[in-house]
Amino acid sequence: MAPWFTRSRNIAHHVKRNMGSFLRPAPTLGDSSWSRSPACLGNSPALLWAGRLESTRAQKLVDSDSENDAHLRDDDQAIDFPGGRVMLTSEMQFIPGYPQQRVHCYRLMNNNGQTNMCSSFEQVSKEVAVKMYSDMITLQIMDTIFYEAQRQGRISFYLTSTGEEAINIASAAALSPDDIVMAQYREPGVLLWRGFTLQEFANQCFGSKADYGKGRQMPIHYGSKKYNYFTVSSPLGTQLPQAVGAAYSLKMDNKDACVVAYFGDGSTSEGDFHASLNFAAVMEAPVIFLCRNNGWAISTPTSEQFRSDGIVVKGPAYGIQSIRVDGNDALAVHNVVRAARQMAIHEQRPILVEALTYRVGHHSTSDDSTKYRPVDEVKHWEMGQNPVNRFRKWVERNGWWSEEDESQLRSSIRKQLLQAIQVAEKMEKPPLADLFSDVYDVPPSILFEQEQQLRETIKRHPQDYPSDVPV
Amino acid sequence: MAAIFQGIGAAAALPSTEKFHSQSRRFVSARKGSLFVVRSDGRPSLGSSPRSRGAQHLITNAVAAKADASATSTASKPGHELLLFEALREGLEEEMDRDPRVCVMGEDVGHYGGSYKVTKGLATKYGDLRVLDTPIAENSFTGMGIGAAMTGLRPIIEGMNMGFLLLAFNQISNNCGMLHYTSGGQFKIPVVIRGPGGVGRQLGAEHSQRLESYFQSIPGIQMVACSTPYNAKGLMKAAIRSENPVILFEHVLLYNLKERIPDEEYVLSLEEAEMVRPGEHVTILTYSRMRYHVMQAAKTLVNKGYDPEVIDIRSLKPFDLYTIGNSVKKTHRVLIVEECMRTGGIGASLTAAITENFIDYLDAPIVCLSSQDVPTPYAGTLEEWTVVQPAQIVTAVEQLCQ
Repeated sequence: MAPWFTRSRNIAHHVKRNMGSFLRPAPTLGDSSWSRSPACLGNSPALLWAGRLESTRAQKLVDSDSENDAHLRDDDQAIDFPGGRVMLTSEMQFIPGYPQQRVHCYRLMNNNGQTNMCSSFEQVSKEVAVKMYSDMITLQIMDTIFYEAQRQGRISFYLTSTGEEAINIASAAALSPDDIVMAQYREPGVLLWRGFTLQEFANQCFGSKADYGKGRQMPIHYGSKKYNYFTVSSPLGTQLPQAVGAAYSLKMDNKDACVVAYFGDGSTSEGDFHASLNFAAVMEAPVIFLCRNNGWAISTPTSEQFRSDGIVVKGPAYGIQSIRVDGNDALAVHNVVRAARQMAIHEQRPILVEALTYRVGHHSTSDDSTKYRPVDEVKHWEMGQNPVNRFRKWVERNGWWSEEDESQLRSSIRKQLLQAIQVAEKMEKPPLADLFSDVYDVPPSILFEQEQQLRETIKRHPQDYPSDVPV
Repeated sequence: MAAIFQGIGAAAALPSTEKFHSQSRRFVSARKGSLFVVRSDGRPSLGSSPRSRGAQHLITNAVAAKADASATSTASKPGHELLLFEALREGLEEEMDRDPRVCVMGEDVGHYGGSYKVTKGLATKYGDLRVLDTPIAENSFTGMGIGAAMTGLRPIIEGMNMGFLLLAFNQISNNCGMLHYTSGGQFKIPVVIRGPGGVGRQLGAEHSQRLESYFQSIPGIQMVACSTPYNAKGLMKAAIRSENPVILFEHVLLYNLKERIPDEEYVLSLEEAEMVRPGEHVTILTYSRMRYHVMQAAKTLVNKGYDPEVIDIRSLKPFDLYTIGNSVKKTHRVLIVEECMRTGGIGASLTAAITENFIDYLDAPIVCLSSQDVPTPYAGTLEEWTVVQPAQIVTAVEQLCQ
């Protein structure tokens, strides 16, 4: 932080170094001084005595020499620059920008839901596993139905998390309700896990009166103070420095909680990403930076987004411990987030988790991904590497899930959702007063005037205004 | 960016051309070496009594009491003298003592004490966590402050120079001003964003920005500008206590103003303008540094027989149209003196607001004196010509009052 800290450390270093050269034992040359005494003199005591003196004289010479040499050699080996001691080398070697071997990806469960016998991990209980799986199914169905609703023109916009259900649910399952979530936009599963109902999701998407956001944000911009899920903001990456701020607040209060900031591969190009990692490291803030590397940022593949080995290598660049995990493996994600959370809170440090996955759906309802990527690529991930199916196999293998459970759950969720949509659609929109409230804590006179003007206009031209908006 | 600032520090001297004449009872000036000192005691003296705002202490609800009836005796000179940056620090310190959630973040605010020494000594007193040094990323530490605010803290974010906050525009506009609204009132953002702005002494264009023009359109934020040690402390305290995000504009050249302020605690209103000098002939609206140019011009005008009413609007968003309106109804002539550029500045908005609301009371079109639409040049003479000077103000009033 303040420059004088580094200076004092340098002073200590300097003193230690000089002391060291005085206290350092003489190099081995001195030890072999006996061998230097002329052999022709034999072993008479007088000669031995003379030899000993010589050797000690020689020793002294060697000592004084080595003193100077040590000094020289020390400076030749390392220097205390601001920022710390660095070892010197005369070999010019550039660190490769891309590693010969990419950082390994942590995975526990294969595609058939089988776990490696040698890998040790804390087992997930039946209760948690069943809830995880049910929520993954719920998320899937929610995505499908809301997407259709948008296509039917009932809502204006939607964004699916297809293919990323494991990241959503498994990471949420590893957190505590006190942990603050700063999402980007493809993480409704976290809110779902915490207890947000299908009705509440629908209310936000339809912007109805019961929406906690009072109809002010576009669909999928959920927010819930109750569940510590901060309201989604559209610009990419803005939640990252805010996450650091929230973590700083937790740190000040010494809370047993951390912040989890979700973002995609595209967001890592934003300046805020870099500054946030840096800040979090410097401030030792308890944040988990969870990157959903799903390969695509609308139409930009990761090969055009960055040239590094993914995002995991960026962590160490800022001094942050990082790990790469198979984002389609619910067990692995769960395990990693749980461990990361422990580290973040107990060691008060940020952690970077890169979850590799694939964005099966389009970026949003305003996108048609067939325009920029081959359909069979999408099919491969949708069918072959499906995180929901994989987890299902594992849960079934444990005897915790059956075919009937599946069909029962699916039809029940579907019914609930359609019901929720109906209710939300028919519900009144937020009243006119909500256009002007919450801009400030108390509306200033100018907003009050503007509201009066608007009301007058509506009164004068009622036919131009929607009838389902209460005035 | 930081490099340029170390040399300039807090002791910016005003040029020799600016001398306040010491005839008036209210203004006494003294030249102390290279520091220009302006003392203003706002206490009502015998005879003409300006409505003194707050020689009395005010405490609750950040509301300034108007015209206190009781005139205080000035015999023993109560209160204590300090410089504007010290007043800011005093306000900050009092609020940090009062509420443990208040914290400061910015570049070099910690042990260095801030580029203008507003946070000097606070890190030693409150610790490194409450007075936080951040790396150089304005958008990010502003975002950090917003995140902390949403979680319950009350951060004060210091921009080393207001111009650097242009980098924080995204966070300020899209998040700071917006999140209370878009979250449906669930999350509030009680941040204070402050820093020095305005034209300094040959600081170059990038360090002479008037951010109030750019920020004034953002819904959800409040903007205030301080100009004296008295209102600096009061506005700082009010801003910290406010539940809304507030941007407090300080001026690079005003940090060394000296004034005697009350010992008692007081908090000013964020939405009120300050009556600096009541008058009859013309309403001069101004804020921040231009207040001093206006008061200097007022001397000349008084000698020439005019009676200008000078109002320091202080609240840039929203405008205090009550005080301004009453003044317009009395004088029927308005002159706005600002440091912003002509296009899109505070003056432009103020002109529109007054015209809309008080057109019937105006005898003449509103005149707005502002800087030209040019980047502020480095050369001293050129720089001086971009800033409105007292002579121009005198001429404008003479023309207006014809």
